Amino acid sequence: MSEAAIQVNASDEEQVKSARSETILYVDGVSVTFDGFRALNNLSFYVEPGELRAIIGPNGAGKTTMMDIITGKTRPDTGDVLFKSEIDLTKLDEAEIANLGIGRKFQKPTVFESHTVFDNLLLACSGGRGVFQALFHRLSAAEKIKIEKTLVTIMLEDKRDEMAANLSHGQKQWLEIGMLLMQEPELLLVDEPVAGMTDSETEETAKLLRSISKEYSVVVVEHDMEFVRDLDCKVTVLHEGSVLAEGRLDHVQKDPRVIEVYLGR
Amino acid sequence: MTDYRQKYQMTPVIGWLLNDRGGMILLGILIAAAILVPMSNLLLPESSAFHVPTWMVSLLGKYLCYALLALSVDLIWGFCGILSLGHGAFFALGGYAMGMYLMRQIGDRGVYGDPVLPDFMVFLNWQELPWYWYGFDMFWFAIVMAMFVPGLLAFVFGFLAFRSRVTGVYLSIITQAMTYALLLAFFRNDMGFGGNNGLTDFKDLLGYSLQSDGTRAGLFVASCVFLGICYVVARGITQSRLGKVLIAIRDAESRVRFTGYRVEYYKLFVFTVSAVMAGIAGALYVPQVGIINPGEFAPALSIEIVIWVAVGGRGTLYGAVLGAFIVNYAKTFFTGAMPDFWLFFLGGLFIAVTLFLPKGVIGAIPAFGSPDRQSIITAWRKRRANEGGKA
Repeated sequence: MSEAAIQVNASDEEQVKSARSETILYVDGVSVTFDGFRALNNLSFYVEPGELRAIIGPNGAGKTTMMDIITGKTRPDTGDVLFKSEIDLTKLDEAEIANLGIGRKFQKPTVFESHTVFDNLLLACSGGRGVFQALFHRLSAAEKIKIEKTLVTIMLEDKRDEMAANLSHGQKQWLEIGMLLMQEPELLLVDEPVAGMTDSETEETAKLLRSISKEYSVVVVEHDMEFVRDLDCKVTVLHEGSVLAEGRLDHVQKDPRVIEVYLGR
Repeated sequence: MTDYRQKYQMTPVIGWLLNDRGGMILLGILIAAAILVPMSNLLLPESSAFHVPTWMVSLLGKYLCYALLALSVDLIWGFCGILSLGHGAFFALGGYAMGMYLMRQIGDRGVYGDPVLPDFMVFLNWQELPWYWYGFDMFWFAIVMAMFVPGLLAFVFGFLAFRSRVTGVYLSIITQAMTYALLLAFFRNDMGFGGNNGLTDFKDLLGYSLQSDGTRAGLFVASCVFLGICYVVARGITQSRLGKVLIAIRDAESRVRFTGYRVEYYKLFVFTVSAVMAGIAGALYVPQVGIINPGEFAPALSIEIVIWVAVGGRGTLYGAVLGAFIVNYAKTFFTGAMPDFWLFFLGGLFIAVTLFLPKGVIGAIPAFGSPDRQSIITAWRKRRANEGGKA
C-alpha cells in the first residue's frame, strides 16, 4: 500500500472519530439475542456530555437489557458501545466499567441493608478498590466531608447512623443514587427511580435528578409519564429492541407510531 | 456505653477491641484459662477439689482447636456468605503437616527401627523417603507448611470458583466434592501418608514427650494463644473497610460489583485467610489427640462445623467459639452416655436452632445479639426516643 493511501485511511478514521467525539455514550447497531428472543435489535443512540436523557418504552422494549450491555453484565452479539468516544465497553467487566465512571442504579433499590447510611456511602466513595487498600483504610477528613455533602444532596442527613434496612422504599432509592454520586461517575444510569414512590417523593426525585444532571450525564429509564414530564429533557422511545422515536416529550407523544405502541398495548 | 472508637482515634485497634463486649469476654476467658488450667493441673495435688486432670486438659485443648476451626468458618460464612462445606479439608491438611513432623521425630524408636522411614513406609517396602516428606524433620518447616498448604489449596480452589462466579449452594457442593476427593486420595497407600491408618504412634514434640503432663499443658496454652490471636485478626478484618465490603458482598453482591469492587479478589482473600486458620487449628489438634487419618476429610465432619457455627450464632465470631464448645461438649456427653442418640440429637439441634434461634445461642442473649441486630435495636431505640421527645 502506498503512503498516500495510508494517509487517506487515517483521515477517514479521523472523520469517524470527530463524529463521535462529542458523545459520552455511543451505542451503535447493538443486537443481542437470548434463546432466540431478540432483546435488542440494531439499537443505536448517543448521549452528549452533561445531558439528561429519559428512555421510555413498554414492557419488554429492551430497556434493562440496554443497561446490562452498557454496564458489562451482558455482552452484545453485534454492535459498538463506546464511552467518551473511545473506550470500548463491550470488552470490559462490571468492576472495570464502574471504575471508568459509569454508575448504575438498579430497578429494585439495592443498598447494603446491614450497614448504616454513612457506611453505604463510604463503601461507594471513589478511591482505592484493592483488597489491601481496603484492609488498611482509614477514614480521611476529605472523605468525611464528601459523605456529609452527599447526605445533604440526597436529603438523608438526619439518617446518617440509621441502618439502611430501616429506610423507607423512597429513601433507599435516594441512598442508592447517593452511592452513585460518591463514585464520582461521569455517566449515571438510573433504572426506574420512582417505582413505588409516593407523589411527593416522585417530585423530590425529579428535582434531585435535574440538579444532578448539572454536573453529570444522566440516563433515566422510566415508565411514569408524569415523572418524565417533570424531568423536562430529551426522550428516547424504545420498542422491540430498537429506537422508535426521539425528541422532546410533546413531540414524541404526537408521533403516530408511539401512540400506536402505547395504546395498542 | 462509651464509644471507644472516638476516644481512641489514634489507636483504632484498641478502639475496636474495647467496643466488642463478647470479644473482650472471650479473650478474658482465654487468658484466665491459659494461666489457671495448667497451674491447677501441674501444681495442685490430685486430691485437691480444684485439680484439673490431664485428660480434661487435653479435651479442652481439643475443643479449643474446634473453636478455632469454627471461627474460620464464621469468618467466611457469617461475614461474606461463603458457605464452605469442605473446611475440614484445610483442618486435616494442617493436621497432616504436623503429623508428618511428629512421624519424623519418632526416628529409630518405631517398630521397625528405621532411623528415617516411618513404620508404614517400611511396611510397604519403600526404600527411601518421598520428596514431599523432606524438610518435615524441622519444626518450623512443618508449621509453615501447616499454614501454607491449606492456604495454597484455598487460593487455587477459590481463584477458580470465585472467578467463575460459583456461589451459593453450588459452591457448597463443590467444597464437599473437594474434601471428598482428598478423603479418597489420602486413603490410598501409595500417596505416602499412611493410607487408611493415617499417622500415629507419635512420641515427642520438640523433644518433649507427648505423654507428659507438661507437654499437654503447653499444647493447651498454645491452643488458647492461637485462638486469641486468630480472633483478634478476624475481628480486625471484619472491622476494617474490607470487612464492610465483605458484609456488602454477603447482602448484595452485584451492587458491590457495580460499585467497582472486584468481588472475587475479596472472597479469595478471606477464603485463604480462613483456610490458614483452619490449618493452624489442625496442626494444634493432632499432637493433642495423637492421630491424624483420612477420616478427618469426611464430608459429614465439615457439615458438623457449620452446625457449630449456626448453633453459636453466625456473624459474631465469638458465637462460633461458643457453638463449638456447646456442640462438642454435647457430643462428648452423648457419645459416652447414649451413643445411639448422638446423630439424632445433632440433627434435632440443627433443626431447633434454625427454627427457634436463627441468630444462634448468642442471638438469644439480649446483651449480645449479633452486631447487625444490636445496631438495629440501638437505632430503633434512638428513633423512639427522638419521637418521644418531639411528642
